[in-house]
Amino acid sequence: MRVRRVLTRWLVTLGVLHGIVGFAGFFAPYDPVEQDRKSPYLPPMRFHLIDGQGHFHARPFVYALKLREGSFDRYVENTTEPQPVRFFMKGAHYRLLGFLPCRRHLFGLENTRIYLLGTDAYGRDQLSRLLFGGQVSLLAGLLGAGITLSIGLCIGAVAGSFGGWRDSLLMRLAELFMALPWLYVLFAIRAFLPLAVSPLRAFFLIITVIGIVGWARPARLVRGVVLSAKERDFVRAARGFGATHGYLFRRHILPETSSVLLTQAAILIPQYVLAEMTLSFLGLGVPEPVPSWGNLLSSLQQYSVLVSYWWIYLPALAMVPFFLGYLGLASSLQERGAAYKIESRIWGI
Amino acid sequence: MLLSLFVFVGPPAIAFPQEKITKEELLVLPGEVGRPGGRLVVSLRGEPKTLNPLIAADARSREVIGVMQADLVHINRARQQTEPALAKSWKISPDGLSYTIVLRQGLKFSDGQPLDADDVLFTFRVYLDENVHAPQRDLLIVSGKPITVRKADAHTVVFQLAKTYGVGERLFDGLAILPRHLLEKPYQEGKLGQSGSLATAADQWAGLGPFRLKEYVAGQRLVLERNPYYWKSDAQGNRLPYVDELVFLFVPNADAQVLKFQSGETDMISQLGAENFSVLSRQQRGYTMTDAGPGLEYNFLFFNLNDAGEKTSPEMQRKQKWFREVKFRQAVSAAVDREAIVRLVYQGRGAALWGLVAPGNRRWGNEKLPHPAWSFERARALLKEAGFSWSNGPNGESTLLDSDGKPVEFSILTSSSNADRAKMAALMQDDLKQLGMRVQVVPLESRSLLDRVTQSRDYDACIMGIASYDADPNSDISVWLSSGGLHLWNPSQAHPATPWEAEIDRLIEEQMSARTFEQRKKLYDRAQEILAENQPMIFLASPNILAGAKNSIGNFRPAVLEPYVLWNVEQLYLKNGTENATR
Repeated sequence: MRVRRVLTRWLVTLGVLHGIVGFAGFFAPYDPVEQDRKSPYLPPMRFHLIDGQGHFHARPFVYALKLREGSFDRYVENTTEPQPVRFFMKGAHYRLLGFLPCRRHLFGLENTRIYLLGTDAYGRDQLSRLLFGGQVSLLAGLLGAGITLSIGLCIGAVAGSFGGWRDSLLMRLAELFMALPWLYVLFAIRAFLPLAVSPLRAFFLIITVIGIVGWARPARLVRGVVLSAKERDFVRAARGFGATHGYLFRRHILPETSSVLLTQAAILIPQYVLAEMTLSFLGLGVPEPVPSWGNLLSSLQQYSVLVSYWWIYLPALAMVPFFLGYLGLASSLQERGAAYKIESRIWGI
Repeated sequence: MLLSLFVFVGPPAIAFPQEKITKEELLVLPGEVGRPGGRLVVSLRGEPKTLNPLIAADARSREVIGVMQADLVHINRARQQTEPALAKSWKISPDGLSYTIVLRQGLKFSDGQPLDADDVLFTFRVYLDENVHAPQRDLLIVSGKPITVRKADAHTVVFQLAKTYGVGERLFDGLAILPRHLLEKPYQEGKLGQSGSLATAADQWAGLGPFRLKEYVAGQRLVLERNPYYWKSDAQGNRLPYVDELVFLFVPNADAQVLKFQSGETDMISQLGAENFSVLSRQQRGYTMTDAGPGLEYNFLFFNLNDAGEKTSPEMQRKQKWFREVKFRQAVSAAVDREAIVRLVYQGRGAALWGLVAPGNRRWGNEKLPHPAWSFERARALLKEAGFSWSNGPNGESTLLDSDGKPVEFSILTSSSNADRAKMAALMQDDLKQLGMRVQVVPLESRSLLDRVTQSRDYDACIMGIASYDADPNSDISVWLSSGGLHLWNPSQAHPATPWEAEIDRLIEEQMSARTFEQRKKLYDRAQEILAENQPMIFLASPNILAGAKNSIGNFRPAVLEPYVLWNVEQLYLKNGTENATR
């Protein structure tokens, strides 16, 4: 039962992380595309509880940052006026989960703006961009993996249950797909698409492309499971009792593939998030100004940004828990799969 | 900074033959006297294609050729005025049609062969030969007729023009005088295009510039050595150039150039972006960064105003209906926050722009050009006058609709290799969103971008930048004239498409043949006004020229004209006790 506990822990962690990103509008203080041209490359602000005179404030506050005279990106703290952080403030319009119009934000400031992760070259809030960018990247990963797994399941099941020339044909095709250098295929496909695509269309194109390219591996795994399941004693017995093809498939074979599919999903999702990030990082993904984790990091391609503004790296750090979560989930799923097999074998005796 | 440069360079130096040296008539340069020896390493944005001025079209080749060749009359890059070079003196006839040029005596090419009037005649014959396709040919055609060249004596050449030419002796700047003894044979065989490749043996190539070919290592570097026959000397009579070797390292990427300069591998750096400039300025160790002030580069947005006739797609027709509306273009111009572009893109090291003549060009800019302030109200009023309207969305965002009720959406192309212009596009995108226009920014590799704009002409709008090579209006002639290839919004027209383009054509052609500066300036000012009224190009900003050099480099004075730091390469020297860059 330890395995199950670990599994639950990973699931809860991932659930919380996805929840935060899913409700980005609420957790983010600002609109991710809003430019504050007076504050380019503003460093992250810190929460304070004790002010310059040594007084304690129950409500956390920040100091507003002012551009230093004659400088482009050097700021000084205005320590005379602590700016208390307000919670559940009314602010920029957004749509919760993509449809509910809403204006409440978890936190904000009354008079000036708060930048907990600093700002980018246009003075856009990095925290808001990170959260909204997560929506794009994670959704791309989830949907892409969904497409891949459905295609993989269909092809694998067909190949496994029918066998013969269909099996050979599909598996050769799968090998061909596995041999493809997928990143370059993505580049090539992106290059053929029209010049100006709206962010939404670009997003769906990427998902489809990523999703279609990767079907080969899950298809092969599913085929293996189907092949072995077909010959299991209880399946043979059921067939002997006159079960139809469809019934066997639904009742016995498909459930056998579930653990493979789940593990594959846990591996594929982060892989696809990375794929989307790679494309966006190289400017082939979701176009500006819509944020995604990839184009959030793309300014780091410039040497000057690399050495001057450390907070531009922060989004990269923030992504680590997501990948860790999925990795943990995949390994505990695998463990559970192994344990389940052992258990069923013991009981089967 | 610039003012001090002028003082430093002083009045033009006309050479007087100094018996003490030889009977060669050397040009004596005023200014700081340096110390001979050492080598200078600079990076080049990639490999040059050729050393042959007749086929060089890329900036890198031209940069290298610039230090290997010389011209009759040269424009001083710091003072932006002409001064004698290979020509000792020149005289323009009272009718302005004939130019008599007297060459310096006793000059030699870098391989020791003497220079005389026959080399000049040969050079211009080759430039004007249609079969050679030299890029210089267009500059030598005045009102449809090629310039004729005649030899008066061994050191005097007479140029005859069909019509007066306002540019005057500036015409000769950049026209390298070629070695007849090396090129006559390939010319007669029709093989001039193959001459002067980088693989040429060092003794098979010669020029009149301060440096000559020594070694070329493909993909790595080009090593030039001091030309011992160079025709300039310093105030103490030492023959220039000072340094023994000039090395060009091929470094294709701007950031890599910065790293090489920072690590001391290269001695000078130029064409810096503001961001890299501030990174380098922050930790100045052993080098000094210089902001030479506003340059001649102008960045602008333009819409597709080509008329493809019946081939135009319905969508394009709809879009071009907006683009052709002057008030639409004026509204876009009014909505651009130029001050933010200067601040966020150039970190304040630049200037907002309302006309084609960049602020670095003090002589030719029209100071009366209006500088309308950034105003969404004015932009909205202009759009309303032009029949546009708005529809409001649920969250307070509005969409601009044209007179047919269709939303205004278009895309802006930018070069993917230019981070500055991509940033301008992102700022404009946000500005235009305030007007309810939905704009997409499309980064494109620069060659396919140019292809789309000038060949297939399939685009909505585009951001580009052009750097004039000279302060004279002549250097932007192909932007101004409706028949010009850089008349980007509608290039190479057979007849001017609009009355105002016809008027600009007339003014520009007239100023070309006007005799005095005042006449030319008046005509040029009017052309600038017409351009500003009609806004076919929406001017955005102009960056400062930023450069840096090791403290050990003497006479380092970056200019705002190309080649920014190498214009006085013969005078650059390594200060005492600094034997640097031995790699």
